[in-house]
Amino acid sequence: MCLAVPMKVTSIENDMATADYMGTETRACTAFLPGVKVGDYILVHAGFAMEVLDEESALEALKLWKELEDLSFDKTEPKLVEEKSIELA
Amino acid sequence: MNWLEEFKSPQLSQKILAQIKEYDLPYTFMEVCGTHTVSILRSGVRSLLPKNIKHISGPGCPVCVTSQGDCDLAVEAASIPNICITTFGDMLKVPGSKSNLAQARSEGKHIEIIYGPLDALKYAAEHPEIQVVFLGIGFETTAPTVAATVKKAKEQNIDNFSVLSFHKIVPPALNALLSTNPKIDGFIYPGHVSTVIGIEPYRDVLRKFNKGGVIAGFEPVDILSAILELLKMKQSNQPSVINNYSRAVRDEGNPNALKFINEVFAAEDAEWRGMGTIPESGLGFRDEYKKFCAKTKFNLKSKKSVDPPGCKCGEVLQGLIEPYQCPLFGKACTPIKPVGPCMVSSEGSCAAHYKYGKM
Ligand code: SF4
Repeated sequence: MCLAVPMKVTSIENDMATADYMGTETRACTAFLPGVKVGDYILVHAGFAMEVLDEESALEALKLWKELEDLSFDKTEPKLVEEKSIELA
Repeated sequence: MNWLEEFKSPQLSQKILAQIKEYDLPYTFMEVCGTHTVSILRSGVRSLLPKNIKHISGPGCPVCVTSQGDCDLAVEAASIPNICITTFGDMLKVPGSKSNLAQARSEGKHIEIIYGPLDALKYAAEHPEIQVVFLGIGFETTAPTVAATVKKAKEQNIDNFSVLSFHKIVPPALNALLSTNPKIDGFIYPGHVSTVIGIEPYRDVLRKFNKGGVIAGFEPVDILSAILELLKMKQSNQPSVINNYSRAVRDEGNPNALKFINEVFAAEDAEWRGMGTIPESGLGFRDEYKKFCAKTKFNLKSKKSVDPPGCKCGEVLQGLIEPYQCPLFGKACTPIKPVGPCMVSSEGSCAAHYKYGKM
């Protein structure tokens, strides 16, 4: 019902946007985001665009974490699975 | 879109994890979002955390917190002649006291699974001869989508559409949890709920209970960095509300979405599965929109909940026990034959632990 993955807006007609995630197209109502533009990354939930992702904030946050001091960690290799999408009920 | 992919970076995750391991503090955090439950378990983050950090999954799955009485009400609505129930698929198997929607459907009741409320409205517009009832399940992320749909129904004069509102709102539940479970040190707040409500409601909880938390996204870097912030908070003994998901959450939330909720709904008391009635934690219809309220329209009366014998969902949802501590877990209760709602939705604590968890 909701994808936590960001989708890229490819077109907007009236209050409906079409968004794409790796070839999967979704239509989403833009009633909550009057300013949304083609090319924005949006979060879609139950057929509605909930928020536009802000690249600047993302880069700022990443910079902060990247600047953390590199501590030596133990030998066990963390196994982080790469996710494509996470489904929300 | 590299900047988005970087939140999955294993290198960055390792770096943050190494920092986390520097803190030798006992810490218990709760997340209250089904998507967090699944991503913490599926990504392996939980198994990498040091022993001093305890994770509990709270009442973050909207299906799981729907009371048994409300499930019974949905089944009752389905049996009214000429009615079609439209719902998110997750709701079908949630057990009521005698039946569930899946069973009602197999008995010939008209139940359609839809992707979102607008599809239910479309279905109503295309089938004027039947009454279409949408099951309004979900938190503040879903509520505005339903409110916007109801507004459209009013504008377009679609009279055969109504909503059975079982919506819940998160902050009152955080208050209730902190009153019953003093073991919670802090929260990872739900990312998508926060896109709508912003940070202020969490500040109220902080003022009342002196317990803070971090708004987090759903990638490993998001979750690990949130845990690191929580540890810093505890060490400095300064609980606060941090927005660590600023790429998606504005401090003020989404005022447009909030406007839709407030125009159509007003807060009312609601019953949560296993947690009882929490004041002002649900959403009922305002007078101007009462004709879209299925309870009023079909004179449906709330039902008393009697939870399935042996099911410990209530305790699981409050973080008082881990799913595997329920005697039915993995034995009488599995995702194929769930006894309680926590085992139904893939986001439910019990289902997620069954699938990804290490005992
Ligand atoms: S394992 Fe099943 S019966 Fe036990 S608490 Fe979870 S859902 Fe309820």
